Amino acid sequence: MDFSLSPEQKEMYDLAIKFAKNEMIPFAAEYDEEGTFCEKQIKKAWELGFVNTCIPEKFGGNGFTLLDAVTIGEALSYGCMGMYTSIMCNDLALTPIVVGGSDEQKEKFLRPFTESPKLASFCLTEPGNGSDAAGIKTTIKDGGDHWILNGQKMWITNGGYADLFTVYCTTDPELKHKGICALVVDAKSEGVSIGNKEDKMGQRTSDTRAIQFENVKVPKENMLGSPGDGWKIAMKTLDHSRPLVSSIALGGSQRALDLASQYAKERIQFNVPIAKHQAIQFMLAEMQMKIEAARLLIQKAAWQADQGIQNTIAASSAKAFAADTCMQITTDAVQIYGGYGYSKEYPVEKLMRDAKLIQIYEGTSQIQRLVISREVLK
Amino acid sequence: MNIFVCVKQVPDTETKVQPNGDGSFIETSSIKWIMNPYDEFAVEQALLVKAANAGSTVTVVRVGGVKDTEALRTAMAMGADEAILVEAEDNLDSYSIAKALKGAIEKSDKTPDLILAGKQGIDDDCLQVPQVLAEMMNLPSVAVIVGFEQNGETVTVKREIEGGALEVYEVKTPCVLATNKGINTPRYASLPGIMKAKRKPMQQLTLADVGVSADDRRVKYSDFQLPPEKPPGKKFDAMDEAEQQKVVSEVVGLLRTEAKVL
Amino acid sequence: MANVLVFTETNNGNVKPVTLEILGKLNGQTVDVAVIGDLGDDQVKVLAEYGAGKVHKLKGDNLDKYSPEGYSNALHGFISSGSYDYVLAGATSMAKDMLPRLATKFEAGLASDCVNFIFEGDTFHGTRPLFAGKCLAKVELSGPKPHFATIRPNALGMPESPTAGAGEASEASVNAGEIRAAIKEIIASASEKVDLTEANIIISGGRAMKNSENFSILHEMAEVVGATVGASRAAVDSGYAAPDMQVGQTGKTVSPSLYIACGISGAIQHLAGMRTSKVIVAINTDPDAPIFTKADYGIVGDLFKIVPIMTEELKKVVD
Repeated sequence: MDFSLSPEQKEMYDLAIKFAKNEMIPFAAEYDEEGTFCEKQIKKAWELGFVNTCIPEKFGGNGFTLLDAVTIGEALSYGCMGMYTSIMCNDLALTPIVVGGSDEQKEKFLRPFTESPKLASFCLTEPGNGSDAAGIKTTIKDGGDHWILNGQKMWITNGGYADLFTVYCTTDPELKHKGICALVVDAKSEGVSIGNKEDKMGQRTSDTRAIQFENVKVPKENMLGSPGDGWKIAMKTLDHSRPLVSSIALGGSQRALDLASQYAKERIQFNVPIAKHQAIQFMLAEMQMKIEAARLLIQKAAWQADQGIQNTIAASSAKAFAADTCMQITTDAVQIYGGYGYSKEYPVEKLMRDAKLIQIYEGTSQIQRLVISREVLK
Repeated sequence: MNIFVCVKQVPDTETKVQPNGDGSFIETSSIKWIMNPYDEFAVEQALLVKAANAGSTVTVVRVGGVKDTEALRTAMAMGADEAILVEAEDNLDSYSIAKALKGAIEKSDKTPDLILAGKQGIDDDCLQVPQVLAEMMNLPSVAVIVGFEQNGETVTVKREIEGGALEVYEVKTPCVLATNKGINTPRYASLPGIMKAKRKPMQQLTLADVGVSADDRRVKYSDFQLPPEKPPGKKFDAMDEAEQQKVVSEVVGLLRTEAKVL
Repeated sequence: MANVLVFTETNNGNVKPVTLEILGKLNGQTVDVAVIGDLGDDQVKVLAEYGAGKVHKLKGDNLDKYSPEGYSNALHGFISSGSYDYVLAGATSMAKDMLPRLATKFEAGLASDCVNFIFEGDTFHGTRPLFAGKCLAKVELSGPKPHFATIRPNALGMPESPTAGAGEASEASVNAGEIRAAIKEIIASASEKVDLTEANIIISGGRAMKNSENFSILHEMAEVVGATVGASRAAVDSGYAAPDMQVGQTGKTVSPSLYIACGISGAIQHLAGMRTSKVIVAINTDPDAPIFTKADYGIVGDLFKIVPIMTEELKKVVD
């Protein structure tokens, strides 16, 4: 057993941290305040190979393992959780193609993402179905040589900038999971309308929108697998995406701890830096403990996925634990900063707002517990 | 062109530096090493020269500990073609390092057309190695350069001196140039670059291989210690407009009478 | 007693102050001074007051302008003709460039940028900061003589009651030899100010300056006390100040007698470049800005209000 990262992974982490410090942190507060989309960072990140980590070498990608990807993810999220949500969104949208597509589809849909900085969105959630993902109401009908797509998707990351959507839909809502299909949809198709950017509490740089599909014609060859394979593809995608999403929480947690410990050494109360007070020391220790545990869980879940081992327990545990940890750590960071922490002049309140979303998207912390308990009770 | 870049591995600027037990150096066990920031400019310049001169190669050379090879790997991930590592302790003096670099360059199968290095290492801040190396190799040198233009075998470089003034030098290759911030913007090593660097050749030599022995040490450091803590300063609140005049004249007075700096 | 040669440079005909600082520390040694080119009698007299025995004016062709090879060749020839144990110089741009070449011609060592030194018997013991001032260490030289050292300007301070020397001036002819890297032209800086690394007083602005125009209030204050204006990395990165004004880890390392930080929070990066300043004044609206932990005098207040008042107060002192 070896817990160390490879020299290349250490370099990837260092490069990503450098990028986070130089290209993300200096803009994070402003983008958050204005709700500016981090297009510039995505483009630069793409040039350095940080985007589309899931694309295999065969189709023009870098051939990263998921362990590589979570290592990069942690470092970039250290820069800004919102920006990294938008950066990793492509992995979420393209992984269904990687796990469920034919070689022909992979060549056709994945390769362009390696040639220019395009964006893709993962469209699962609907206004009426979030946690109950199998209750999809977006439907497809056979239109002869094409499918006809109708329905509405909600909270779609990068929705306003995507070139391609991976849409989950059903041939018949009554069939529940068994009717679900995964469809690759060109964002420029006729009948696609994009809603306004949501005004969110946190992760405000990432673009989040509702997408409406009205009689959108989608070529037959754009379906991943066969009708009804969608649920399986979505579940396999989650095995990959959960560790990656967890890495966002981990990066944010580490940032909060670094800021809080630095501040604790500088802030003087009762004539000593507050870091000399045991109350603060214990809070910092608690943060470090949980970060350590979250990192190991994430690495294990990623490693299992790389080895082809079913990672459901580790992946859901990582997601729930890292997200809840991030919420607590960022909240405590604000606490350590005191009044200053509550002010937008200091970076920690943003971390707290950004953290909240991670407990919600990609399967809420409650859904992860449901998944874990199902495995326990099997 | 055969371009050589001398790089040093130094503690990350954010690393906490502590003297070691006997004060002979700093505690290196938990240090995070990075490529000397000034050397990044040298690597970038080498890559720019390589791009402008078809068929060029960039060889990075480093003298230092072999446990971490961060600096060389980063240089190769940025685009350097190959690396030479001369194994040595991390607190070698400038003279020994320059002599080892000379030995390594001469031992390679390439005759240098251009040797680049950062103007100084941010560890010992000596600002010596490029010039010492040039003298040892009997080559011209220009240090602290912030501008570079090449015209065949002639390069025109700008050297920054006091007050931001620039000395413009014209020098023929081969020569040694020491880069300063401002000459270029170093590229990031890309992730594909990191993967490629894995397969690039890295030759490892010993100090004996390059003709350096303990007798070559000229500068010896001892008694490393933390700088004395300053006594806490005086802090005045002048957020209130009414206080400002009083506070400022008090501080200026103290600068004159207590600190004696005016 | 050691035979010491101090290499001096001039600025508008005057020897640089760091030479006098060095001379002040050499009491008890045999001390010569060498300069390349001419030196006025008044300056020879100043050198004598601070302890110079002989003052050598080195003259030869191709030495009107500095070149690393020309100057080091010339000094090599001159030093070889004597029997010096040590050659010291201020750690100026020129000396930092030239002395490594010169020392290597003797296969000798050079202790760079010392902030203090003493002679025990006739052996030099220096002290110098390493790791951006995070550590201090003793430095000793070994190997062939003469041994070389450069001394950081403003670090030793001016001697209060120097012992005078004979101050005998003489000329020596020297040979610049082959110069392969030669200065074609010198582009003067926009400002005529003393370089940050040599400045006695530095006034620096940070991101709180808000734009480049606002730096004018710092320049006005600088004018009054003959200071040089610097900037934090944040101000440089935001385009408020030129890169050559940057003080810090990746900018210049300075140790003036007085450093006034205006609207600089005091990131580790910045502190690394100015922590060895003798006296630090910080002006910042944030009472918890880390710069205050390093400041001898901290003013919690708006720099746009404080700086103009300080300029007026300094005028009174200077007048």
